[in-house]
Amino acid sequence: MHHLRKIWAIMAKDLAVELRTREVLGAMFVFALLVIFIFNFAFELRVEDQRTLAPGVLWVAITFAGMLGLSRSFIREKDRGSLEGLLLAPVDRGVIFLGKMLGNALFIAVIALIILPAFVILFNLSAAVMPQLAMIAVLGTIGLSGVGTLFSAMAVHTRAREILLPVLLFPLIVPVILSAVKLSAAVIDNVPFAEVQQWLSLLVVFDIVFAVLSFLFFDYVVEE
Amino acid sequence: MIEIKGLIKAFGSRLVLRGITLHVDAGEFVTLVGPNGAGKTTLIRILATLSRPSAGRVLLGGCDLNEDPMVVRRMIGLVSHRTLLYDDLSGEQNLLFYAQLYDVARPKTRAEELLRQVGLWGRQHDPVSTYSRGMQQRLAIARALLHNPPVLLLDEPDTGLDRQAAATLGALLRQTDLGQRTVLMTTHNLEYAAAWGERVAILVNGQIAFQTNRSETDLTTLRAQYDHYASPA
Repeated sequence: MHHLRKIWAIMAKDLAVELRTREVLGAMFVFALLVIFIFNFAFELRVEDQRTLAPGVLWVAITFAGMLGLSRSFIREKDRGSLEGLLLAPVDRGVIFLGKMLGNALFIAVIALIILPAFVILFNLSAAVMPQLAMIAVLGTIGLSGVGTLFSAMAVHTRAREILLPVLLFPLIVPVILSAVKLSAAVIDNVPFAEVQQWLSLLVVFDIVFAVLSFLFFDYVVEE
Repeated sequence: MIEIKGLIKAFGSRLVLRGITLHVDAGEFVTLVGPNGAGKTTLIRILATLSRPSAGRVLLGGCDLNEDPMVVRRMIGLVSHRTLLYDDLSGEQNLLFYAQLYDVARPKTRAEELLRQVGLWGRQHDPVSTYSRGMQQRLAIARALLHNPPVLLLDEPDTGLDRQAAATLGALLRQTDLGQRTVLMTTHNLEYAAAWGERVAILVNGQIAFQTNRSETDLTTLRAQYDHYASPA
């Protein structure tokens, strides 16, 4: 309970800052929507069945928009000096990690859920797929934000921090994107769950393993 | 209260602190002056557990910094030239957030008490970004005192303040029950060092070059000593 309160405090603080500035969520939303629009228009010209590409487009939009949020997560703390305030507190570094990670996951999940209706409309999908896509989005978001939060904290100490984050992160999150795309495709094509169960397992295992590893390594990353 | 023995800090091959030994008694106010690059901020960062020493031993209230950083963090309050505040949040929101991290009992009451003490009650709901530099620094002091730490570390708290704001800060530092706290402050300003501290130490090139009690010196003598030790040969 003691740790949970602090995790909640850090997450709520990030949310309060965001509600006041609307710096990150707005940019993430517009960017994700633009990606979906651009791909939709681009594929309309040559591709016969856009539905085959739809899962990939959705996850490109979520990943790229998520990258915007993740990169700002620690840059904001570092530039304002508040990162030292956090590290100075008698709080386990893992607690700080979890607070930041859950904040990031919340932002990415909110964007994913907001763009889903636009995605469904633009790619002529049935609205019935939305709840399942939303569940996959939440699972994928946890994987993205787990590793992403760790690498965001790592990149923030470097000069080319905004460039470095995607370079470090993209290769690592391939399993998340791959399994999320496979699962989304299965939902859109109405494939029986048993056929894609291994992708769901991969996604869940990735979420757990990388969240735990990131939790353990966070202390070393923020140490001077 | 603060016991530093043979403290060394190196960044790669560059030695920043070269074997500092310093003892600060409980309740004592010690100021540390020195030119840029002398190692003042590095020393404060190590004491604040934000940086690890390369060698040597540092004890705060008998606790080893390396062995028990969590206990040490509860014992210190840090005010640096950066406020460590969230400027998009209000003064009160900042204090309430940090109060949760420090497990402060009755956080609302404590925040109000401190905001009144630093003269910011009335502006508590305004975003910190609308505060003047002096007001932000007063809020930073409130943040540092939130959990009532026995040790206060001040890293150039007067940076960016005009004379009037610095004088207000000095008065505030003297009024906030500092008699009961141990204070280690770094500054470039000899006048403040002599006026606020009970003991002044001169840090040059990562070493304590000279230290004296305020009662045994005056500002002119201190300036002469500083020029002697800190001026390049």
